[in-house]
Amino acid sequence: MADGSIGLWTVPLAVLGGAIRVSTPFLFVSLGECITERSGRINLGLEGTLVMGAMSAYGISYLTGSPWLGVFAAGITGALLGALHAGICSLPRVNDIAVGIALMLFGTGLAFYLGKPLIEPTAPRLPAIDFGWWSDIPQLRAALRINVMFLIGVALAPILYWAFRTTRWGLLIRTAGESSDAARAMGYSVLLIRLRATMVGGFLAGIGGSFLSLFYPGSWNEGLSSGQGITAVALVIFARWDPLLCLWASLAFGGAAALGPALQSVGVTSGYHLFNAAPYILTLAIMIITCSPKRTLTGAPAELSITR
Amino acid sequence: MIVGEAPPPSGAFGVDAIAMTMRFGDFLALDNVALKVRPGSFHALLGENGAGKSTLVKCIMGYYHATEGDILVGEREQAIGNPKDAHALGLGMVYQHFTLVPAMTVAENLVLARDDVPAVVNWPKEMKELEVFLARMPFKVPLAAKVSDISAGERQKCEILKQLYLKRRFLILDEPTSVLTPAEADEVLGMLRDMVVRGELTILMITHKFREVMAFADDVTILRRGKLAGAGKVSELTPDAMARTMIGAEELTVQPPRTGEAGMARLELEKVRALDDAGAIAVHDVSLTVRAGEIVGIAGVSGNGQRQLVEVLAGQREAESGEIRVAGDPYRASREEMRRHKMSLLPEEPLKNACVGGMSVADNIAFREFDRAPFASGGWWLNRGAFRGDARKKIAQYKIKTRTPETPISALSGGNVQRAVLARELGGDVEVLIAANPCFGLDFAAVAQIHAEIMAARNRGAAVLLVSEDLDELLELSDRLVVMFHGEFVYEARTSEADLTVIGRHMAGH
Repeated sequence: MADGSIGLWTVPLAVLGGAIRVSTPFLFVSLGECITERSGRINLGLEGTLVMGAMSAYGISYLTGSPWLGVFAAGITGALLGALHAGICSLPRVNDIAVGIALMLFGTGLAFYLGKPLIEPTAPRLPAIDFGWWSDIPQLRAALRINVMFLIGVALAPILYWAFRTTRWGLLIRTAGESSDAARAMGYSVLLIRLRATMVGGFLAGIGGSFLSLFYPGSWNEGLSSGQGITAVALVIFARWDPLLCLWASLAFGGAAALGPALQSVGVTSGYHLFNAAPYILTLAIMIITCSPKRTLTGAPAELSITR
Repeated sequence: MIVGEAPPPSGAFGVDAIAMTMRFGDFLALDNVALKVRPGSFHALLGENGAGKSTLVKCIMGYYHATEGDILVGEREQAIGNPKDAHALGLGMVYQHFTLVPAMTVAENLVLARDDVPAVVNWPKEMKELEVFLARMPFKVPLAAKVSDISAGERQKCEILKQLYLKRRFLILDEPTSVLTPAEADEVLGMLRDMVVRGELTILMITHKFREVMAFADDVTILRRGKLAGAGKVSELTPDAMARTMIGAEELTVQPPRTGEAGMARLELEKVRALDDAGAIAVHDVSLTVRAGEIVGIAGVSGNGQRQLVEVLAGQREAESGEIRVAGDPYRASREEMRRHKMSLLPEEPLKNACVGGMSVADNIAFREFDRAPFASGGWWLNRGAFRGDARKKIAQYKIKTRTPETPISALSGGNVQRAVLARELGGDVEVLIAANPCFGLDFAAVAQIHAEIMAARNRGAAVLLVSEDLDELLELSDRLVVMFHGEFVYEARTSEADLTVIGRHMAGH
């Protein structure tokens, strides 16, 4: 145990650290998608929103020197993309899933186009808080260098859980998602509720993207997101549209994504690419286990196009 | 006439609709209709499906904007642009389709319905206020229960309570008792009637049940095909006179008399168990025998497992356990078995469960036989001429109103879709017939025709299983009655000896 070497303990520590780092974008995107889906609409375009958020955050942080302005810009970009999705879906006979796929391609394409000049320069990054100061094991200290964004995300989950039950907006979003007839009969505009829910969802997904470019991995390039946006959408289904479960599910997916690099760091290299695929295998396995042809998903908002 | 925005002062008020005309494109849904609801009265609005009842009340509630005509609320002319305007005037409506959110609790639904939902809801305080409100009401609902977990009857009470909680003083009820047992219906309507008598409320009720009109309503307005067909005091009218006004001069199919005796067992269910979509047990080990030349009716409030049972028999749902036998052979709802045993199905919502909406009437009529001669050669080459010829014959025989045999079936009215399914299912020999709510939402002419066809099939020796939420229909057609409650058969009687109160009690689970 000399020289801070802790042998195989490296793997769970790296997975823990990875879970915290990698899970942050999952967390923001899934909480955002949770809001959107509870209002009765699926926004698959969040993958594009995530990448656009990452690009705009990096650009604004580079131009202004303030990473927090970058985070805000990413949120605004996300909200605009959300408004675009909701706007198109407000038209008659438009399918939200098809629009989502189109916006996913549009968002990533636009981000690559606009982000070309941002690959070279280095933008100021988001700070981290050192929660491992009490330990002298470097791996543990590395695992516990936690970004504020993660903490915000962790706080957001119970806040959303509370808001869905006790605020007017929470109740209205759920009404629109569970029974648009009921919402209309009460005199509310379902389209307007969904527009706002999709914009808030986009805002959070954009912020999730800013974490990618401003903290971890912490640079802008075209391979930045490897499907986190889409995985987070699947994660909402896995989490049964419950913000608290979204938190746990994000941590689990983050840990799975960190498995490959963690094993590599202790010298297990043979199945590297296979282990890197762990989150996708986890997605598939969860979907297969939790789905049944004989019953509908519990907790699914009744107005979602996948459950209707 | 005074034009004003403010709601009338406290107590019940009346509503008048004057010379209402409503056009949807070329279709004239309302033609110069007048409706006068006196303050503090219980008014019934009668009419067949498509007579314009719903259109009329939706115009009053601001859902539709009438092409011509005026609405007077408490003798003041009002421009009601949307439901919120109507609510502000004290008008409320209980819809035929529930407007409660199933995934939310009763309390959440009630608070949400208010116009002034606080930005942050103080649940302990709201719950206390709701309990105080409920204490004043003659019927109770469980506040903390999810709406999806309470019975259809409780939901209907909830809908009405919601309107009273919102302090509405003019209530429109759209077929409010269709999901209630007769006893529940009497309880709910009786309580509302008391409020009307006390002068707290005016009620306009859409219905087609003459029993309820005679027992609870003061006045009645009858519509036929978008026109005012009659109006008057209920005490001066008979059900027969009202029915004649509703139907007009149309000739109804005469039902053949019940002839012949029940023969051998044709359809046997033994301890059949089935799950619903959420994975809970919906059909709980039911056993039943239906004999040739017999109609067995299954009564029950909707949502007690009837739908799942019919889906198992139709092959749309797998049974978890148990056995079904047709003419002694095990039955697993394959196409081959259905053909061999000459089984016919009239499922509920025929457009969804028995038709392909986008395909033509001719194709839909040929579904059972489309891959056999004369419709197909060698089992694969389809002879379109034979489709058309057969369809023409059946369209004439079953009086299906369609422009051509090639018209997509989804373009037909509900009654004509059901007639097309009837033509397919009853056009040949029938040994077993399973029908589920076959007349739901259809007009008198279609109902009479379908009832006549079912009775004729029985007389020809078919074993008929009739699942219906309409007790009158069951009492009219069945030889034997079974009551289904919570997935079980809880009561059985010969229809000739059946007692309506006993049946109603079992439907409610007592």
